[in-house]
Amino acid sequence: MTESLITTIQALNSVLYHAMEMDSSVIVFGEDVADPEDGGVRGVTKGLSTKFGDSRVRSTPISEQAIIGAAIGSAMAGMRPIAEIMLMNFMPVAMDMITNHAAKLRFMSGGQTAVPLTIRTGTGAGFGTAGQHSDYLEAWFAHTPGLKVVTYSSPADAAGLLASCIFDDDPCIFIENFPSYNERGKVPEVGYRIPLGKASIVHEGNDVSIISYGPQVRVAMVAAEALLSEGVSVQVIDLRTIVPWDRETVLNEVAKTNRAVVTHEAVKAFGVCAEVSSVIHEELFSQLQAPVQRVGAPSCPVPYSSILENEFIPNVKKVIDAVKVTLS
Amino acid sequence: MNKRSLNGRNGTLNQVNGLPEKEVFLNIYRSISLIKNNDEQACKAIKSGRIKMIYYSPRGQEVIPSVISAILNKDDYICTIYRGSHDMLAKGVPLDLLWAEFAGRITGTCKGKGGPMHITHPESGCMITTGIVGSSMPIANGLALASQIKKDNKVTVAYFGDGASNIGAFHESLNMASVWKLPVVFVCQNNRFGEHTRFEKATAVEKVSDRAASYLMPGIHVDGNDPIAMYAAAKEAIERARSGGGPTLIEAMTFRFRGHVFGDGDRYMDKAEKEVAIRSDPVPRYRKWLVDQGYASEEDLADIDAKNELRVQSAIKKALDASWPDISELYKDILASNVAH
Repeated sequence: MTESLITTIQALNSVLYHAMEMDSSVIVFGEDVADPEDGGVRGVTKGLSTKFGDSRVRSTPISEQAIIGAAIGSAMAGMRPIAEIMLMNFMPVAMDMITNHAAKLRFMSGGQTAVPLTIRTGTGAGFGTAGQHSDYLEAWFAHTPGLKVVTYSSPADAAGLLASCIFDDDPCIFIENFPSYNERGKVPEVGYRIPLGKASIVHEGNDVSIISYGPQVRVAMVAAEALLSEGVSVQVIDLRTIVPWDRETVLNEVAKTNRAVVTHEAVKAFGVCAEVSSVIHEELFSQLQAPVQRVGAPSCPVPYSSILENEFIPNVKKVIDAVKVTLS
Repeated sequence: MNKRSLNGRNGTLNQVNGLPEKEVFLNIYRSISLIKNNDEQACKAIKSGRIKMIYYSPRGQEVIPSVISAILNKDDYICTIYRGSHDMLAKGVPLDLLWAEFAGRITGTCKGKGGPMHITHPESGCMITTGIVGSSMPIANGLALASQIKKDNKVTVAYFGDGASNIGAFHESLNMASVWKLPVVFVCQNNRFGEHTRFEKATAVEKVSDRAASYLMPGIHVDGNDPIAMYAAAKEAIERARSGGGPTLIEAMTFRFRGHVFGDGDRYMDKAEKEVAIRSDPVPRYRKWLVDQGYASEEDLADIDAKNELRVQSAIKKALDASWPDISELYKDILASNVAH
């Protein structure tokens, strides 16, 4: 398999291109996604409308409900729409379409209809865009049965997971993160897919397991390296898919280390880390050497001032401290 | 009602689906009769305690979907709403499956997992029933978008009420449909009330159809209880959609005879207004017209009614005799692969 060093944006663009090329039911629409509008505000969809035409690739009005409605209806009628919601904070505008409809139509129709759509959306603090442009809201969607929620920690994973979302038969929310966009990495060529629902062990270790996903995986990796110099062997598990999450891998691995930290950039309270932590406690209580620790953002909106924003994002030190609590 | 209005610029009935005019008129009556009978028996079944379900009666609104479905093809799509059993039956959702779903049985359209507010039956083109005001429209656009891209020549009808014309999804959907010239017909069944609030009190315009101008879309205001006028409006809109001419907004004026949700007591309704509406019940009016035109005798129509009554009775009985869903259904149809989490 040949590999090249490309950015996450290029990796995502390439996946979209090849999906459209191999399957005529794949269509792309969202605000500014066509080439006359710059191929997306971050260029992820660049070149698609020129290659595949204005019928399959459409810039839309700024109408999030109508965008997701169009994705749901076309998905029910046999298409594989990829709708872009520019920012994760714009998802709430379409919440009725996502949670009342996309998520529930398979169940409420008794399996007669399916909604194989992918919503690409982006977010991430660290750029001074404050309370309405940089939230991680994955827990809202994870709490709604019927949706798959997916995110990545490297350009290769971005490619492999997006391809799997596009060709999955359920509604998938694919969360892109801004810090990753210009990161370069080796990405396998056309056709690379990573199965949804399978976690990946990205750092080996025997003493403590850190469970994470998205850009926070990198924070966990840095923490693991730093702890190694202190003689602590830390394992890092990247969930890759938030729903359905890989309980089997997480429980198997924590059963070996008997200590766990769960971390994400999203607000800690009522977050995904709470579910993962609870399941570990329920299943492995008697053998845990310490209570599972959670590291997430404080319960406040993403702040603007850089000094506040830096503190808001769960950093390496907080993860290291949490690991040490499990060892104390 | 004036039969001549059918013979205007929109052609005559006998051009539709290869059926002679008389047969089309009688099919419309069969549908109206079925819906009315179904509603009456539903109300009885709820009152007597035979069935327990949430029910939004379409009594008084039978004509609109009966006429539209006479023009639509079987594989055209509809998206309807919680007050939608008339739209479903007119489009051909099988009575037995409908009632089994009402009863929450495994034999229902949706295995008893959706219920009266979420009837779905793709085989008859009923793609979604939503319990959320305004949400039929964005999804109808998506079905129409698929048809436009695949060039499959299908038309999608989005049914909704006057209340839904005040929610944001209406604006987003009509704008997008017009920008993209989607093959969709937006049918507002204006029954004069959104939940318990009068249309005039909640709506800034006199006619919902006037709002079409904002989208450079044809807007048609029509008496939805007049099958002849309704026919002309629907035919024009459906033909425009099918021929690539884009969407139409039809505001079909009607009245709901049994309040918002069955059993709400409709104290908020003006008694005199309701009486006037019920006195001009569209069903006996249409019956009389069919007889006057010589399309059917009283006996013919009574025969249609009697057959429908038996069909509904049989559907209710079958539904109540059917099995409940197994508890394992809680864990099925969540995701394609039934991942248990």
